[in-house]
Amino acid sequence: MADESTPEPTPASGSPSRRSLIGWGGAGLALGAAVAGGGVAVATRGGDGPRTVNAAETGAAVAFHGAHQAGVATPVQDRLHFAAFDVKTTDRAVLVQLLKDWTRAAERMTAGLEVGEGTDGKIAEAPPDDTGEALGLPPSRLTVTIGFGPSLFERAEFGLTDARPEALVELPKFPGDNLDAARSGGDLCIQACADDPQVAVHAIRNLARIGFGKVSIRWSQLGFGKTSSTTPEAHTPRNMMGFKDGTRNIAGTDTAGLADHVWVSAEDGPAWLAGGSYLVARRIRMHIETWDRASLREQEDIMGRTKVEGAPIGRQKEHDEPHLKSLRPDSHVRLAHPDSNNGARMLRRGYSFTDGTDGLGRLDAGLFFIAYQKDVRDAFIPVQRRLARHDALMEYLQHVGSAVFVVPPGVTGRDDWWGRSLFESTKEA
Amino acid sequence: MRRTRITVAATITAAALAAAGCTAKSDDSSKTDDSDGLGPIAITASDTACEVSDKEFAAGHMQFNVENKGSKVTEVYILFPDEKILTERENIGPGTKAAIHTEIEPGTYEIACKPGMKGDGIRQTIKVTGKAKAKTEDPVLVDAAALYRDYVQQQADMTLPLAEKFAKAVKDGDLEGAKKLYAPSRIGWERTEPVAESFGDIDPKVDVREDGLEDGQKWTGWHKLEKSLWHDKKITAEDKQLADQLVTDLKDWQKRVGGAKITATSMANGAKELLDEVATGKVTGEEERYSHTDLVDFQANVEGAFTSYGLLQKVAAKNDPALTAELDKQFKSLFTLLKKYGAGEKFVSYEKVGDTQRKELSDAVNALAEPLSNLAAAVVAK
Repeated sequence: MADESTPEPTPASGSPSRRSLIGWGGAGLALGAAVAGGGVAVATRGGDGPRTVNAAETGAAVAFHGAHQAGVATPVQDRLHFAAFDVKTTDRAVLVQLLKDWTRAAERMTAGLEVGEGTDGKIAEAPPDDTGEALGLPPSRLTVTIGFGPSLFERAEFGLTDARPEALVELPKFPGDNLDAARSGGDLCIQACADDPQVAVHAIRNLARIGFGKVSIRWSQLGFGKTSSTTPEAHTPRNMMGFKDGTRNIAGTDTAGLADHVWVSAEDGPAWLAGGSYLVARRIRMHIETWDRASLREQEDIMGRTKVEGAPIGRQKEHDEPHLKSLRPDSHVRLAHPDSNNGARMLRRGYSFTDGTDGLGRLDAGLFFIAYQKDVRDAFIPVQRRLARHDALMEYLQHVGSAVFVVPPGVTGRDDWWGRSLFESTKEA
Repeated sequence: MRRTRITVAATITAAALAAAGCTAKSDDSSKTDDSDGLGPIAITASDTACEVSDKEFAAGHMQFNVENKGSKVTEVYILFPDEKILTERENIGPGTKAAIHTEIEPGTYEIACKPGMKGDGIRQTIKVTGKAKAKTEDPVLVDAAALYRDYVQQQADMTLPLAEKFAKAVKDGDLEGAKKLYAPSRIGWERTEPVAESFGDIDPKVDVREDGLEDGQKWTGWHKLEKSLWHDKKITAEDKQLADQLVTDLKDWQKRVGGAKITATSMANGAKELLDEVATGKVTGEEERYSHTDLVDFQANVEGAFTSYGLLQKVAAKNDPALTAELDKQFKSLFTLLKKYGAGEKFVSYEKVGDTQRKELSDAVNALAEPLSNLAAAVVAK
């Protein structure tokens, strides 16, 4: 059984007591809560009294356990490694065991611990369990979040067909989509976010390694700069177009907003999904060079906001409410605004990416868009349909990758594992 | 045994940890010692000293706990009297600790701490007492190594006539005939390549690819002829000489290969290396970039790995039945997958294998190679 073969994070002899570990984990939880406020009060060792530091500076751990998975409402970390997997095994029991093994590994990595028996496994003839590149690095607020793709529910051998949520629909083709199958879809996804890219990559690499023979990476994407923040009082980050992005995002502390727009409730159903969500990922390539040639007025009119301040056109400050009617009808802000979309909102958690340059010397850059929502049929799909048809920004964008996943509820403790409620409510076909 | 590493930093609260800029993952070297005799030997390195807690101890498994109290990054070597390295640990940062585990036999050794990782280092002489542990090797493993030695010899013996036929076709200027004989002449070599590579000097003569050449190195061997046959589509006078040279070099291999050092561990690692060869050279189509006969090599590599594994399977199954069950399964599925593309020396050209199929092959290789990397440990486990 996985729980037996997976070492508890208990100390070996000569290591600190379990009590101190709990203290540490507990502090991590407390920090996690404080971090939601954007800054952290930290007692400095020199006794200068508390000071506030940027959350990323603390390198702290984000609690892995909870009713919801971490990595959704969690304050957005600086870096991303996102991977989509194809499930190769046809054996439900093997898949379940993998999910258990992954859960235990993610539990350890998010706490800043090594996978399995670590990097120094003592048996010189065997490769170490942990690949080692995160040794000596703090937890860096690593979160590891799993999602299940529509194709997983279509695999008859897993017996999940009847458990497929109605809302887990394939995304329609939107005008202008130029999707690459090799960068789209997937039976499973893992989103690893951390303030240190090496920590995020370490997480994906080690999970992929555990998965060899059972799953295989279909595609993966690195993101280097957050483009949305879930902490409104912090600076709104800028995307590769040089504009602030996510000004009106749902805040991680906005319990009502999260309940209305992000988390699936028991009433929403299906029952196994209570506390979960849906994730849409889109690899959006930006035509950076032509965008950079657009005049400032053109850029601002298209976006519907000023470039430096990020204020809605005709207003003064970033957080001023936009007057939609005075914006160009094809401006991005006007089209994407909840008021233009029956109140639809998503929690955006995207990252900028730059995968070098293409063969023509153009920056292969853009936005790896990630959005969490209660129901894609009410949120991403209608909003994107509207944007794809009318948004003036589309001239500078091309959607080249796409995937949708259902995000199961959180792992509540050491006996729990990713997808337990789904698998326990279904039987092998 | 459970060897969970909990960090020293975990004792500090997260807040203090943050403020102090401490790290939460550190190499905790305060693990329990598992040496046969004395406890761990402490080596305290600084910029000017290299202190060793015990300078005389009994042979066996020994753990050295190194602590760098200096201001420079250091490294620690344990050296034989002739300066050959028994073991070493590099990049031990100031204020950090590292544990070195090694089997140490009776004799005199020098410990060298090298602050700044330069020069001869600060030396200490240590004496290891006692009798060399009589190696009680599992007779099954001794048999396995002997059988594998026979296999390796057999493959070389079988290869020579095939290589001679190939060489003759080249020398006769028979382009099409040589093309047909090329891939079959390589099968025995590909099945046992890690053993041949252990000699160091033969592989670069017979199996080097153009991109593997060093400046000034003359390109000889199979792949040079491959390029002539498929890419240049002509056989030069030099190629005819190279064909003779190939046979000469392979005869050298045939003569020496029976004397290679073969142990159960080297067999297990060899099996893993054969899969590495597949993963880095064959799946990508780099190995046979002109002839596109990669799948013939691929099959041969997997067959060679399977032979090693087959000889070790019983012992490994005793120590780690889950591992061998997985390996049995993954070998089978890889062979099944390969069967779709051909058999023996007749495989489809790798050019005709699309990206999706290559990914499928790559996935199957990873599925086998990952557990295979644990075979050596399962064989040596006590």
